[in-house]
Order: sequence, then structure tokens, then C-alpha cells
Amino acid sequence: MSVLVYTESENGKFKKNAHEVASYAYEVAKQLGTTATAISINASKAEELGDFGISKVLNVSNDQLKTFNAKAFANVIGQAAEKEAAKVIILSSSADTKFLAPILTAQLEAGYVPNVVSAPESTSPFKVKRTVFSNKGFAITEISSEIKIVGVSNNAFGNAENKTATTVESFEPSLKDDSFTTKSIEIDKVVGKATIADADIVVSGGRGLKGPENWGMIEELAEVLGAATACSKPVSDLGWRPHGEHVGQTGKPVASNLYIAIGISGAIQHLAGVSSSKVKVVINTDPEAPFFKAADYGIVGDAFEVVPKLIEKLKEFKAQNA
Amino acid sequence: MKILVCLSNVPDTTSKINFTDGDTKFDTNGVQFVINPNDEFGLTRAMWFKEKQGATVHVATVGEASTEPTIRKALAIGADEAIRVNAVPTDGFFVAEQLAEIVKNGEYDLVIAGRESIDYNGGMVPGILATLLGMNFVNTCISLEIDGNNATATREIDGGKEKLATTLPLVIGGQKGLVAESDLRIPNMRGIMMARQKKLNVVEPTSSNSVTADVKFEKPAPKGKVTLVDADNIDELINLLHNEAKVI
Repeated sequence: MSVLVYTESENGKFKKNAHEVASYAYEVAKQLGTTATAISINASKAEELGDFGISKVLNVSNDQLKTFNAKAFANVIGQAAEKEAAKVIILSSSADTKFLAPILTAQLEAGYVPNVVSAPESTSPFKVKRTVFSNKGFAITEISSEIKIVGVSNNAFGNAENKTATTVESFEPSLKDDSFTTKSIEIDKVVGKATIADADIVVSGGRGLKGPENWGMIEELAEVLGAATACSKPVSDLGWRPHGEHVGQTGKPVASNLYIAIGISGAIQHLAGVSSSKVKVVINTDPEAPFFKAADYGIVGDAFEVVPKLIEKLKEFKAQNA
Repeated sequence: MKILVCLSNVPDTTSKINFTDGDTKFDTNGVQFVINPNDEFGLTRAMWFKEKQGATVHVATVGEASTEPTIRKALAIGADEAIRVNAVPTDGFFVAEQLAEIVKNGEYDLVIAGRESIDYNGGMVPGILATLLGMNFVNTCISLEIDGNNATATREIDGGKEKLATTLPLVIGGQKGLVAESDLRIPNMRGIMMARQKKLNVVEPTSSNSVTADVKFEKPAPKGKVTLVDADNIDELINLLHNEAKVI
């Protein structure tokens, strides 16, 4: 029996969250007195997971799995779990993994707990801490099924290096035709830019920016910082920015290291969605804006004056620290 | 086309969250309950299918009698019929099993549920339901077109979107984008009156056990005071972010 972790890759390279979930799997395996095995699909350097405590990698090389397919990928992970007799499976919180997780849960008749923020509180009974009410609270949740699936929140556990001797085994799952009844026909994805899901820094704009024509400085600030851009709900509802940028309770959650809110007053729904970010900075003209109560650092000032200065100063800072 | 929209009865998004009974229960005192926002986008899209493509729309929820105002609201918006499974929704697997029974008996072609409820954020009900019944499934769906037996669905992915081709029967985990916020409907008086005449069937749960249980709740630790930096002293902000917070 080992702990199984699904480590996602893209174009052969492990995604950032793969290292985090591998680190988490190692911690759970240690608590259970066993080892951690990873399942990866079309990863080119599977052995690098040894840096994060993985003892064995089952790597699948299969052209049919070049494009993500939730059902097929869930099947592969399920077969790996069976091969390893894994009773605990660790997953990330990426959009793709949250798509396949419930399919895997039903296939294995498992208990699945997503949005987990720390190592298990105990392993017998198996209890984990997760966010509930869209980050307005936490629950300690007990999983009583034989097979347990834990979805780790982005950037909650972090990477923990544990150099471990690792073996890479080629794994050939049997693929079923009925997995491919849902086909990808077009992927429209920003390349070379940080996404809200995995960016270290997110720069977000609100209605205080007055109109979509003023987003140039938000994008420039994001570029200087290597950050992803986001926006508040009213901004996406007004059509100033695409829906995919909406962060908050009904939009995307943000769990970056740094979140910079510009011209966002801080409605309770917005604050809930971004509360997992480690450090929050607010720039707003209104000193009474609720965001100042939730932020770590704040500037009371006009974004149209502060942001250009901030960009200029950050460029100088980056040049000095390059 | 027969559509089932799955509804979750959740605290309004502006609710302050508190816990009671030694932090083992959610405190519903003073909380206003609404249709889960992710479900409401799906319900509104279903209304479009009803009006433009002649679909029949039923709604279902797993909950006690206290959830009926939320169900009535969905009927007032325009759903034709409602089903309530008379049980406390103890966990996602349990809820999915109850809904699977309804979908099987009702022979629905399309099931639309929200990608997650905004209370327990499990995000698993549509996917488990689809898998239990062998139906196709698209999660985080932001656009859906149906043409005969074929469906084109767009889902949100990290950093973009993906268009998928699939077929009915289909389960959707929906969210904003299925319709825009401005498309959401407020029930009018006629709708509210008509909703009173519509069927609300109450069924008992099929025997099933929960596999997860929330044993204790906690509120986030109170936030420390904000450090204010003068708007003319941007260097200080950069210094704090670099040397104190160590995030740049």
C-alpha cells in the first residue's frame, strides 16, 4: 500500500502544482508509514519528482492522452491506484484535476475532500482541514471510505524538498473507447503569461478604474511583476474584462503569494475569494473601503497617480535586483 | 428535450458565516437562503432552451422542507415541475446518488448543476452523478449549445477556455458564462402565482451512506491591522514587499 499522487504535466513538463502535491503526498505517506508513488501522463522528466519525496513514478506515454480528457485521465489514475493498492490519492486544485476528481471518486466509490489546506490532522480516523463557505470558514472533515481522495488547495501546503531515490516505471493502462465520447475541438489559451491559478502575483482591478480603456496600466504593472491580471465581479459583469478574470466567491479563487487590489472596494464576496492569498495590497481613494480591513499593506490614493509611479519604481527595483 | 436543473439551497453571498453547537454546525440564524449562484446560471440557460427549443425543465434539490422557498423561486422563474428529496444533504456523494435516482427515473437528456455550491464548495455532485449513470460530463461550463443529440460546450480552463464536442445524455457543471449576470431573472407576480399551482413532488431518499463528515468548523483568524503607506512614498511599499513580506 502506498499513497498515490497525480502529478500534472503540460507539454511534457510538470506543472507548478505537481511539486506541491508530490510534497503533500510525501507528508501523508510519512504519517502512514509508507511511501509515495506518482502517476504522470506523458511527462518527460518523471525522475525529478524524487526531489519532492516520490519513491516511484508510474509514467504513461500515450499519444491518445496528449490532450486532456477527464474521463480517460480519471481511468488511468484509477488503474494506477488499483495497481498500487493505494488507499489515499492526492490531487491538485487545477481546473483539469477538479474536472476528473469526481469521475475518479465515483469510479472508486471513494470519499473526496477538495480545498484541503494542510497536512492531515490525523490519519486514523482520517481527518483533513479544508476551506468551506468560499473561504469564509474552515472545516475539519473526516473521510470514512476505504479509498480517500484529498484535493490540495493551490499554494496552501507549498513545496517541500525531500531528496528521495526514485524509480520510473512505464505504465500502460487500458483505455476504453467510451472515454472519448467528449472531444476537445478547440483550446484558446494565453501562452507565456501567468494564469490566476498558478501565478505568484496577481494584479486585480475594480470599478475604481472607471473603464476598460484604463487597463493598460494594470497590464503593465502585471508585466513588470510577472503577474496574472484579474478583476472584480462588477468589472466582468460590465464586460470591461473577460469572465475568466473575475475573482471572488462566484468567480475564481486566488491563492497567490501577493495580491494587489486596485480600485476594488472589497465586497465580502470578493474578500472571501481572495482571502487565501498570503499578502494583500490595496490601492484605493476611499480610506473607508472595506478592503483596508482585509489587506496587509495599503495606499490611500488615486490609482491613476499611484499605479504609474509604482510601475516606474518597480522597474528601477527590478533593474537593481536583476 | 427533457432537462433537470439541480439546485442547492445556500446562504446568500453577502452572509456572514458563524458556527454554533461548539463549532460543529453552521449557524443559520439570520441567514437568507438563495438558489446557489452557479445553479441559477444553469437554470436561466435551461429557460432559454425551454423558450427557444421547446425543452421541458424540471428542478430538483436534496433538502428538508425548509428549502421549499428556494424551489418555489425556481418554479416562479419558469421551471415546469420540481422534485425535492426529503433528506439533509450530508455530503456530495450522497447528494449525487439521490439525484442519480431521479435522473434515471425521469429519463432526462440534459442535467445542469452548478460547478460547486458556494457553501461547502465540494464541486463533485455533477461529476459523480454523470459517472454513476454513464452520462457525458463537462465541468466549469461557460457556454452550451444543443443541436439534436449533439452538444457543444465550452469550459473554463486555467488560463483560457476549451471547446468540447459531446452528445446527450449529458451532465453540465455550470457557472457564470452559461448566461450573463444581466440575463438572470427576477420572478414576476404572474410567475409567483403560477408557481403555486405547479407540482412539487417530495420523495424519500434511497438508502445510502455518507463517506465524509464535517466534524468541526473554524473561522479564519482575525486579520492584523493594515500597514498604510503614503501615496508619495512608493519606495517604502516596495521596501516592505521585498524585505518584510518577501513577496517581490
